[in-house]
Amino acid sequence: MKPRHKRFIAIAAALLALGGAVALVLNAFQSNLVFFFTPSQVASKEAPVGRSFRIGGLVQNDSVARDKDGVTVRFAVTDTAHTIPVVYRGILPDLFSEGKGVVAQGRLEADGIFRAEQVLAKHDENYMPPEAAEALEKAHGGKKK
Amino acid sequence: MSAINWFKYSSPHSFYPLAGRMVPWFLGAAALFGITGLYVAFFVAPTDFQQGESYRIIFIHVPAAWMSMFIYLVMAGWAGAGLVFNTRLSGMMARALAPTGAMFTFLALWTGALWGKPTWGTWWVWDARLTSELILLFLYIGFLSLTAAIEDDRRADRAGAVLALVGVVNIPIIYFSVVWWNTLHQGASVSLKSAPKMATTMLLGMLLLAVAFWLYSLAAAMLRVRSIIREREPRAAAED
Amino acid sequence: MQWGSWAEFWAMGGYGLYVWGSFAVTLVCMAGEMTSLVLNERAAQTRNGEQA
Repeated sequence: MKPRHKRFIAIAAALLALGGAVALVLNAFQSNLVFFFTPSQVASKEAPVGRSFRIGGLVQNDSVARDKDGVTVRFAVTDTAHTIPVVYRGILPDLFSEGKGVVAQGRLEADGIFRAEQVLAKHDENYMPPEAAEALEKAHGGKKK
Repeated sequence: MSAINWFKYSSPHSFYPLAGRMVPWFLGAAALFGITGLYVAFFVAPTDFQQGESYRIIFIHVPAAWMSMFIYLVMAGWAGAGLVFNTRLSGMMARALAPTGAMFTFLALWTGALWGKPTWGTWWVWDARLTSELILLFLYIGFLSLTAAIEDDRRADRAGAVLALVGVVNIPIIYFSVVWWNTLHQGASVSLKSAPKMATTMLLGMLLLAVAFWLYSLAAAMLRVRSIIREREPRAAAED
Repeated sequence: MQWGSWAEFWAMGGYGLYVWGSFAVTLVCMAGEMTSLVLNERAAQTRNGEQA
């Protein structure tokens, strides 16, 4: 291959990479700058209607229940101000648990229930051994944050 | 610090042997910190209450991510210096750093994906943190491709420098992404302003490996700049 | 030592694939890059030595 052709391909590759980056940025600005909506935002109708979006918050305590078919699971997402019920058919991630963070992607149905297509667990930035976590829980025992 | 000392090593000819002498020290120190860090990571740091043993990926993931951003800033710094001072060595240093920076960016993304699957439940999401780190990889690849494409070395350095400098804005975006936007990626466990949210032994392992990666990067950059000097200015590389 | 056995160590609580998949790829990349750089350096020293 002529050096000139090699150079052309290399420059095209560089431009492609740059173009890819720009496209990603533009795409992010368009729809994904808001990665998820909070239950309060969903309640105040800020979330898009009729198309898929993500809702994020905490899994409300004592809200997780499995349907009789064994596959469907229901729970509620809360940001302590508002709560949205969610229904999901599928496997839940390991870290999914009550009181912990969750991000679900799906649609808000007419009945006010969020039908999730994907449920992801969102964990916090704390890292400590189980003993430390237990001690922390005991220390906060009576106090509600 | 007289002006003479400062610029003494700014010529490829005088920097070449200095870089060569530094390599074994950087590599030796990297190995020391690396082995100690790995020992702490696997045999001292306990399991995590939340993520179990999967959290141990942090010992690679965070140091690699830190390096990916830090190397880019240093690379852009050298690139900028080359543009401003028209010094040959500056452009060479930027080109010497890029491949290692790209590698650590890839490793941050790779280990992140392997960590995300068992914890979040997905290999990838287009949230602000992950997307901006991917853009960083594209910037590195763009820099490497662009500089490789231009035959004249000095012109290639200058074109790459412009690209590198334009991309610098991405670094604070990566860092603050978890603060500015809702993201799946969690916030910072370690920051300059607040106490670490990590157990001490976990933090120690992470810091030891971060230092190891940094020393490794120095060794790689020194070796690569020597290689570049040999290519561009063979007479400067001739030992006496 | 906190691992009951080597088997437990490699299993990493069920996350072995993810943890070792991370460390292994990292090792391969870094060892690969450094090896290539060192070989390049050694070859240059040999050439230089022959010319001197």
